[in-house]
Amino acid sequence: MKLLRLAPENTKFGFMRFRRVSYPLSAALSIVSVVLFLFVGMNFGIDFAGGTQVDMRAKSGEANIADIRGKAESLGVGPVEVQRIGAESDALLRLGVQPGGDAGQQTAIAKLRDAFGADYEFRSVDSVGPTISAELVQRGTLGVVVAIIAVLTYLWFRFEWQFAVGAIIGTMHDLLLTVGFFCVTQLEFNQTSIAAILTIVGYSLNETVVVLDRIREVMRKYKRLSTAEIIDMSVNAVLPRTIMTATTVFLALLALFFLGGHVIRSFSAAMIWGIFVATYSSIFICSPMLIYMGVRAETFDRMREKEAAGADVKAKEKA
Amino acid sequence: MLRFATWKLASVLALVAAAVLVILPSFMPAQAVDALAARLPSFIPLRQIVLGLDLQGGAYLLMEVDTASVTKSQVEALRDDVRQKLRDGKIAISGGIAVEQRGVMVRIADPAERAKALDLLQSLSQPIGGPLAAGNGRTLDVAQTDDGVRLTLTDAAIADKVRHAVGQSIEVLNRRINAMGTKETVIQQQGPNRVLIEAPGSQDTTALKNMIGQTAKLEFRLVSDPGDPPNEVETLPMQKGGGSIQVQRRVMVDGEDLVDAQQSFDQQTGEPDVTFRFNLRGGQKFGQVTSENVGRPFAIVLDGKVISAPVIRSPITGGTGQITGNFTLDEASSLAILLRAGALPAKLTVIEERTVGPGLGQDSIDAGKRAAYVGATLVVIYMIATYGVFGVFADLALAVHILLIFASMALLGATLTLPGIAGIVFTIGMAVDSNVLIYERIREEAHLGRSVISALDAGFRRAFATIIDSNVTMFVAALILYLFGSGAVRGFAVSLGLGILTSVITAVTMTRMMIALWYHRSRPKTLPI
Repeated sequence: MKLLRLAPENTKFGFMRFRRVSYPLSAALSIVSVVLFLFVGMNFGIDFAGGTQVDMRAKSGEANIADIRGKAESLGVGPVEVQRIGAESDALLRLGVQPGGDAGQQTAIAKLRDAFGADYEFRSVDSVGPTISAELVQRGTLGVVVAIIAVLTYLWFRFEWQFAVGAIIGTMHDLLLTVGFFCVTQLEFNQTSIAAILTIVGYSLNETVVVLDRIREVMRKYKRLSTAEIIDMSVNAVLPRTIMTATTVFLALLALFFLGGHVIRSFSAAMIWGIFVATYSSIFICSPMLIYMGVRAETFDRMREKEAAGADVKAKEKA
Repeated sequence: MLRFATWKLASVLALVAAAVLVILPSFMPAQAVDALAARLPSFIPLRQIVLGLDLQGGAYLLMEVDTASVTKSQVEALRDDVRQKLRDGKIAISGGIAVEQRGVMVRIADPAERAKALDLLQSLSQPIGGPLAAGNGRTLDVAQTDDGVRLTLTDAAIADKVRHAVGQSIEVLNRRINAMGTKETVIQQQGPNRVLIEAPGSQDTTALKNMIGQTAKLEFRLVSDPGDPPNEVETLPMQKGGGSIQVQRRVMVDGEDLVDAQQSFDQQTGEPDVTFRFNLRGGQKFGQVTSENVGRPFAIVLDGKVISAPVIRSPITGGTGQITGNFTLDEASSLAILLRAGALPAKLTVIEERTVGPGLGQDSIDAGKRAAYVGATLVVIYMIATYGVFGVFADLALAVHILLIFASMALLGATLTLPGIAGIVFTIGMAVDSNVLIYERIREEAHLGRSVISALDAGFRRAFATIIDSNVTMFVAALILYLFGSGAVRGFAVSLGLGILTSVITAVTMTRMMIALWYHRSRPKTLPI
């Protein structure tokens, strides 16, 4: 049986040559992401912005978007956002945070039920008061920060510090570009988006670890080669695996994006983006960092000598 | 590596068999599971996978006890206590008792009297949690000011009251919801001042919210007379039909003295009404007031709104009465439930609501299933296309991986949500990563000129460290997401975390066994990948 190979075998691409392109490119994209975040902003869903969201389905015929908007605006519930989702009969209606604190949201829901209850089925109602949305923002931010710290601590223990720095920069890069993705697409940013971001962080480090593991292995074996040559060799060696895994994950996410329903579409879209960015950054951002930080084969020898010396000292002290 | 003990193979097979048994109940109708559970000993885990509210439909309501309203009622009670104490101690005050945000203030012009009042009022401050609980601080700060005495509720006292209010609210809500006949509703405390209600399957939350949102404080008051002093009269809105009515501030009898309330029908008009019964004390008070005020109307007030104001035709001394008010049948029966369950000690505000109708829930399940089937099929085909017979092994391991996720979720009682399904679909793509790492390594080793057996051995051995490293980072991300996420997102963290654990087991251990068995059977000269 002839087997399928997406990645050509025994490649000898000079990946490290591209660092003169990839670094300015990534730096520019990261800056653009930050600028977009500051001046355009993300489309925060009700989880973080507060407000009310109703998924409604016309009891007969199509949902009349214009009619829903007009009717809702006349209720005195502030600006109303209405959009069609999925089937012709379905509409998503969104209100901002109502005045009057947490209790105000409930009044608005009651008004909506009175106005639309006769013609529309309320398939879901989500309402987040200002107290909770503030808490969710806090927890979401804290979660992302703690996750990054925890994972990096692990890397710091497991790898030499230069490797950990490379991984940090790669992860930050992926994080920023994902934020940029949300700003550009204006996909709703909600709790599942935080889940997407953390998963992307996990995936990005997963990719990085696979490459770095190999670099370390090759470095110990071929001490004569330059760092760039070593990295190129390692990246080429793990390339089939990188492409293979990115493809299987991509296939699974593709199914999720097209078939998983509108509730998790923004999640799947972000994840698909994240897979590409993480794969790119593990090759073109994290690995070249080692060159910039002057990692050489001897670095390991020196470190091992130091460790050995340290162990000796301790042993003597004990004795 | 290509030799392994038979007991290892046996234990892997046993694990798979156990997992199949564990998830079997999830595919049976609930009644069948209950029937089976009744006949089996209780230590056998007969659990169905719990579906989240986003999948089975239902309402999630997070409510907060309003600290301000608790404080306000405490301050009002304090004012009455202070007035009583000063009256008993025969201390003259200049002006009234001023109600402040967190306490009250009395002006007493004479310094000697003021000192006496301070002493007297000190006794109002109690140790928090009763006289036996020491070290919790006291309920009041009593301090002398330039021209009087100020009493302030301490933070600890308010926190204590809020805690009590939450506990009491949960009891009252339980009584109300049980009376509604809704099953499986979970009511629990969250944090110091919150109550969470999870009601699976309720289609329309309006009824539920009406039932839990009302304080249900019932009062009987006299409708005011032209002769009443103006500061003892207030205007209250009518509950139905608009309009308002002037009633006395003084409450004759309130809902605390009710012992029972039932929906009934008016004997003359046949309209739905509510029949209630007082306890002895309430009955006596009610009898006394009604006999003194025959011919006058009295108002039945619920949460500050007047339900009706019938005229007292004759003294009501039997301790029972009816509340009429143009009720529909539903209104009358919910009022009866509310009165039976008692009033909430404080107002509860809904701060987060998530309601999913059963239609959308089913749609989400269908969509999730479709995505999972298609995603898994694509991955399975792709693995076979790339790795041939080794791809089949990876796919078998993948099947067991999915089986183990569901089995461990059933065992742990974890909730499956829509993001959880997304997590499982994602791990389907991710689980084969370990296999890919191993297989690619095997290929590399073979290219270096190793023999088949040696390449297989080196591939597994060398890939292992990388597999552990890469999965730990992913697992940490899942763990953090579980700790900081809330609601449905936690479901994602659970399936992702479990998926990582099971995939390492299946992709490493099971594939290795399958390849070993295959090798011993076919003794290949070249690798098929």
